[in-house]
Amino acid sequence: MSGELWVLFAGCALVTFVIKAAGPVALGGRDLPPRLNGVIALMAPALLAALVVTQALADGERLHVGADTAGVAAAGVVVWRGGSVLLAVGLAVVVTAGLRALG
Amino acid sequence: MPYALAGGVLALSFGVLAREAGFSALGAMVMSAIVFAGSAQFAAISIIAAGGGVGAAIGAAALMNSRFLPMGIALAPSLPGSAMSRAAQGQTVVDASWALANQGDGRFDRFHLFGASAVQYVTWLSGTAIGAFGGDALGDPRDLGLDAIFPAFFLALLLGELRDGRARGVALAGALIALALVPITPPGVPVLAASAATLVGLKRRHARQAGQRA
Repeated sequence: MSGELWVLFAGCALVTFVIKAAGPVALGGRDLPPRLNGVIALMAPALLAALVVTQALADGERLHVGADTAGVAAAGVVVWRGGSVLLAVGLAVVVTAGLRALG
Repeated sequence: MPYALAGGVLALSFGVLAREAGFSALGAMVMSAIVFAGSAQFAAISIIAAGGGVGAAIGAAALMNSRFLPMGIALAPSLPGSAMSRAAQGQTVVDASWALANQGDGRFDRFHLFGASAVQYVTWLSGTAIGAFGGDALGDPRDLGLDAIFPAFFLALLLGELRDGRARGVALAGALIALALVPITPPGVPVLAASAATLVGLKRRHARQAGQRA
């Protein structure tokens, strides 16, 4: 293992530490103004939606619809119809693997 | 715990890719142990594998991790203790544990966060080890459809968040911002930029007549 790779590991660990620590250090341990709480309560829908579309509708830096898109959509239908998260995730895997086996 | 299984499988493919990028098995495991941020690790080793420099690889990892900035801000009021203690608690954030610990009213259950991340850390390390030492013996995880686990899991959690029109509007805006940026920005930026949609929350709720800008 060359010294350069250890620089890479240390650098990645350091930037990850700083990014994860920034919010809790700057804003933690106290109540925020109510209007900022309004923003924070909306973080989950915004970030979850972005994670879903960047994982299910994109492949790296291009938009891409594939077997996994169909699997994730099937999971959405299950949850929307009142099914459990576990059932939904299981169906997503089965649909995705099934379509890939066929394709 | 499907998300922990998915994390393990993802780690397995990281172990395989790290070996192909010229890392030793030990190196791959050290990286997983001290960085513990899947997408950033993938981003960094793909730059190295493509012949890029260490600086560029660290930059890609930082961009990929930038989504932990808004996640950490959201989490901050739920973490007590000194600044050092909060910095340490903030290290436990990964996507799935952050989403699981979210209680839906802007508060987070920090012990739920720590517990979910501890399970993920174990599967992340063991998955990396299996991939790095024995990856060649295994098939392509994509054939098993396991890459659908995380987005399906996040979608299920998202649907539970869409209680009112404002949350639905922000989710839609976040998704559209992310999709629009995928082809034109480095990976990581689309999810970070999607957090801008939450700024509509600065407006007071009764100021409806102003219209919802998101």
